[in-house]
Amino acid sequence: MTQPVLDIRNLKVDFMTRRGVAHVLDDVSFTVAPGELLAIVGESGCGKSMTALSVLGLVPTPPGKVVGGSILFQGRDLAQLRRSDMRKIRGGDIAMIFQEPMTSLNPVFTCGEQIAEAVRLHQNVSPGAAHARAVEMLRAVGIPEPELRANAYPHQLSGGMRQRVMIAMALSCQPRLLIADEPTTALDVTVQAQIFSLLDELRHKTGTAIVLITHDMGAVAEMADKVAVMYAGRIIEQGPADAVLDSPGHPYTRGLLASIPRVYADPDADLPEIPGIVPALTDLGRGCAFEPRCPLAINACHAAQPRHVAMSANHSAACIRLKTGEVLA
Amino acid sequence: MYQRITKQLLYAVSLILAVLVLNFLLIQLAPGDPAEVIAGEMGGANAEVMAAIRAQYGLDKPLLTQLGLYLGHALQGDLGTSYFYNRPVVELILSRLGPTLLLVATALGFALIVGTRLGMLASRNPRGIASALVTVLSLIGYSAPVFWTGLMLVILFGATIPLFPIAGMIDVVKQGGPLVRALDIAHHLVLPALTLGLVYLAQYSRLTRASMLEVLGADYIRTARAKGVSERQVFNRHAFRNALLPVVTVAGMQFGAIISGAVLVETVFSWPGLGTLAFQSILARDYPTVLGILFFSTLIVIIANLLTDFVSRLLDPRLAGGR
Repeated sequence: MTQPVLDIRNLKVDFMTRRGVAHVLDDVSFTVAPGELLAIVGESGCGKSMTALSVLGLVPTPPGKVVGGSILFQGRDLAQLRRSDMRKIRGGDIAMIFQEPMTSLNPVFTCGEQIAEAVRLHQNVSPGAAHARAVEMLRAVGIPEPELRANAYPHQLSGGMRQRVMIAMALSCQPRLLIADEPTTALDVTVQAQIFSLLDELRHKTGTAIVLITHDMGAVAEMADKVAVMYAGRIIEQGPADAVLDSPGHPYTRGLLASIPRVYADPDADLPEIPGIVPALTDLGRGCAFEPRCPLAINACHAAQPRHVAMSANHSAACIRLKTGEVLA
Repeated sequence: MYQRITKQLLYAVSLILAVLVLNFLLIQLAPGDPAEVIAGEMGGANAEVMAAIRAQYGLDKPLLTQLGLYLGHALQGDLGTSYFYNRPVVELILSRLGPTLLLVATALGFALIVGTRLGMLASRNPRGIASALVTVLSLIGYSAPVFWTGLMLVILFGATIPLFPIAGMIDVVKQGGPLVRALDIAHHLVLPALTLGLVYLAQYSRLTRASMLEVLGADYIRTARAKGVSERQVFNRHAFRNALLPVVTVAGMQFGAIISGAVLVETVFSWPGLGTLAFQSILARDYPTVLGILFFSTLIVIIANLLTDFVSRLLDPRLAGGR
């Protein structure tokens, strides 16, 4: 197996809140190989974005703090890096795109300036060369008339165009890893599909590994190599995309997959949903965090945090009901 | 673009005309008779002399005729003759305009530069000591009335630590070349500019602080950090330009207020500007001069607003409009 680009081991992030300490990330571990696409899925507030921000060292501190574990990027532990070293990695080896293309670009600089700035922060090139690189990147992400668009201000572009600019900026320094945090949430459906296929295409062309945070299970099924399902700050199931989508082990994953609207389903039938809401991270009990909402919960679920149970090669889920075989049946 | 400029100029001209008419009518409502004041200056007069004075200055004509004459002359660049100084008002005002503009520009520049810097400093750590200091200082700064600050500075620097001159613009006994003169004026400028600037400095520092704190939470700041921009550059490059916009807007709107503040400051420090002139002419019921000053301040405010518009467009491309 090739050396992973990103190897997160037992990552723990705490937030100090007025109501106590919230374990925003608890024992999160996963790896991403070069050129691989890992999708992180889960409800809002389960720790997906926080995982992304911790990789870049952008966890708001205070109130947040990385309290344990390691984030190995090409063998170096990012959690131990000095701020100046971390800054070289941000935007250079690891780039990120965000979910709000409408507000993620600075309104007072042209798109070209913003991309060129990223280039000049990480490569020792002249302003002219940086601008040329910006135009080249705009062309690579499929923006028509890139020379003109480089001089456009963000407000002169549509949301989809702006997200392309964000992607161009993120990829301008040929990162080894791209983190895309719900990159299509604010966009039209057709534009969403374009952005996803653009990401997929660029990944195959450049060999950049991608961590894709998304709600879009369709995109996951189409593009992802691996899937990690998060719930209440933990990864509760992970494995190859096919395995997780075809034979989900955790009741939460099953609920998540069941709640996707399907084209051929009975139009009159209610869409299945998972009852209840994600619990507050400040008052999690000792047991499984999903237990209050779980249709298969038994008394033993209260007792302790369930461990990951291997279901097949590289596919595991954290549910004690798996051991007894009842879930799989 | 040209269309917009033409439109704004037309708007400005009609505004100026309206101001001329309004000022003229307003001042007629003020109590007191200029002819009596002029006669008083001459050392008393009988009814015949009074009538002669009225005839000479056109005060015996009906109000509307007076207004028509005034407007007609004004359009030709003649704002009448000062009763008190016996000089054309335009000439009188132009001789006083320079010192006032110097004072106002220095005060405003000082307030803007120091105010925004302080505001940025405070926003760096919103709960830190620097932030608390800026908040307290700016609260004091804008609760203290201009004339009070002025008097306190006069006492402090005139009596206790005589570092700066407390009155006038030039030292009559000093002789020397243009450089010596400029330094002398700058030396005299310190206290009045400080007095006038402090109030606005206080406001701009608070405004900058609030504006920076808002901007720093924006998504594009997170983007800048994510692409590896240093904290310093995030502040100075990415956040500051965005945070400056409300400050510029407010500063532009306050230009009129700053000029009226200058009246007080000039009076306290005997600065030979429009403010002192306004004060004297009001006391002397020198209506043509008062009207002229009002007209010129209107002009200055309109120009300031046009400039503010222009600067805002430079700062924020979203305001420039068009693709």
